[in-house]
Amino acid sequence: MIELDNMAYSYGGGELLSGVSLHLQPGAFHFLTGPSGAGKTTFLRLCYGDLTATAGAVRLFGQDVRDLSRDDLAVMRRRIGVVHQDCQFLDHLPLHENIALPLTVSGQASFDDSNLRELIQWVGLSHRARALPPELSGGERQRAALARAIIMSPDVILADEPTGNVDWEMSQRLLTLLIELNRLGKTVLIATHDLALIRAAKSQVQARVLRIANRKLQFAGADL
Amino acid sequence: MSPFRWILSILQADTQADRVVPPTGHTVRLTLFSAAAMAFLAVFALALSMATGRLAVRWGDELARSSTIRISAPAAQMDAQTEAALRVLSTTPGIKSARALTDEEQQELLAPWFGNGVSLAALPVPQLIEVVEEGDGYDPNGLRLRLQAEVPGATLDDHSQWRKPLIRAAISLRRLGTLSLLLIGGTMAAMITLAATAALAANAQVIRVLRLVGATDVYIAGAFVRRFTLRALAGGVIGTLAGMVAILLLPGAQTEGGFLTGLGFQGWQWVLPLVIPPLGAVVAYFATRAAAMRTLRGLR
Ligand SMILES: Nc1ncnc2c1ncn2[C@@H]1O[C@H](COP(=O)(O)OP(=O)(O)O)[C@@H](O)[C@H]1O
Ligand SMILES: [Mg+2]
Repeated sequence: MIELDNMAYSYGGGELLSGVSLHLQPGAFHFLTGPSGAGKTTFLRLCYGDLTATAGAVRLFGQDVRDLSRDDLAVMRRRIGVVHQDCQFLDHLPLHENIALPLTVSGQASFDDSNLRELIQWVGLSHRARALPPELSGGERQRAALARAIIMSPDVILADEPTGNVDWEMSQRLLTLLIELNRLGKTVLIATHDLALIRAAKSQVQARVLRIANRKLQFAGADL
Repeated sequence: MSPFRWILSILQADTQADRVVPPTGHTVRLTLFSAAAMAFLAVFALALSMATGRLAVRWGDELARSSTIRISAPAAQMDAQTEAALRVLSTTPGIKSARALTDEEQQELLAPWFGNGVSLAALPVPQLIEVVEEGDGYDPNGLRLRLQAEVPGATLDDHSQWRKPLIRAAISLRRLGTLSLLLIGGTMAAMITLAATAALAANAQVIRVLRLVGATDVYIAGAFVRRFTLRALAGGVIGTLAGMVAILLLPGAQTEGGFLTGLGFQGWQWVLPLVIPPLGAVVAYFATRAAAMRTLRGLR
């Protein structure tokens, strides 16, 4: 699905990631951890082609990102659901339209309205469907972002700090949603610095934990 | 739906797909206004072209239809030369009729200069012959040569010396009208390009979100293109109708003199200005599309 092959990423400020290799297998459940500023967000952006690796290769569904045109990449992104750290909503559209946005832009206007309602209910936002994003709490925004990430029924879900702004109880609910999706066969990668969340997950799902430290991607052992 | 309702709906509502771009109220209102103003001006430029076209045709027509031959000869030869000239004219193809002006008519022509009491017999006044053409007219050079040979005192004045500059002026005016139309189209394209570029730049974050959720460049550009094209069309309709009404209300200027033709359209020409709004929309479509694709290529 997503393959990183000896990938490196550097920018003006120096090298952030180096020698990173990873194969995300179908149905896998991964956590990505590391201190703030380690490069978790950067790593995810490389995984959905928002950034281009400066060395090595990134392959999405077998295709090298460098060979994809901007439009190819856009179409490819419909198969990767992303929960962005900052949600990335269109503030002028009500929540339900934001959630349906991937359908709208891919021309699937015929999407069954009842499916959308069901999804919004599933993330517990039925009562907020007509609100504008700026009117929502952090937790509501993150649940909406998750709903938008999965509306196209993607093969892979990449979630960047999906529990960043929410209390413990809400973070447990979001985690449960993601685990449920994994049970439905989706590949899940969650970037988080919240070790308690990882521990909570480990009792429910077979998760691998990756850690970015000193520019390298490592597998964290059972020490968590 | 009535046309008016349709225009209103364009002004107010966006389709679902176009809603992904936030209301760009300011820019879009300016586009509407500019398109209306440009269409209004285009109606006048078009009317100018039409009017000057008619003017050129008419000047060409009326003045070419008649010419004058002047015979200056000693009094003794005057009648003989006049007759010779009339004979030549009667055998010249393209001439419908030729007639020597009577003394009274000549006196009338000269009255403004010499007063009414003057007797022509006392003055060396040339005899005038009025020539009326038919069909494509005669060949002035050929006629001049024949007159030279047979009527030494004859001078042909075919009015072309002063007709031609008038026709040339009318034709330049018409060219000016056409040039104005082109300039109006160009200005419209430029303004819409600026407006669309500004709207795109102001919405960089929206474009980023759309890309993140899988929108292609064509999709994103389309949302902007439709919006600007429809507003340009609506503005064009408003401006054109206003321009046509303004021209209808112009006082008719063709009552006296014959030279002044009213600035306006005649008969089927009233259909012509109706082409302005769709044409404006086409200009807006390509201008916005080019601006959008260029901007999107620049935004990563
Ligand atoms: N293109 C870039 N230009 C400047 N700084 C960058 C760029 N990419 C990443 N960084 C920096 O790299 C660091 C890692 O950022 P990030 O990936 O957001 O880390 P994390 O998500 O783990 O907190 C940050 O300090 C960020 O400012
Ligand atoms: Mg981050």
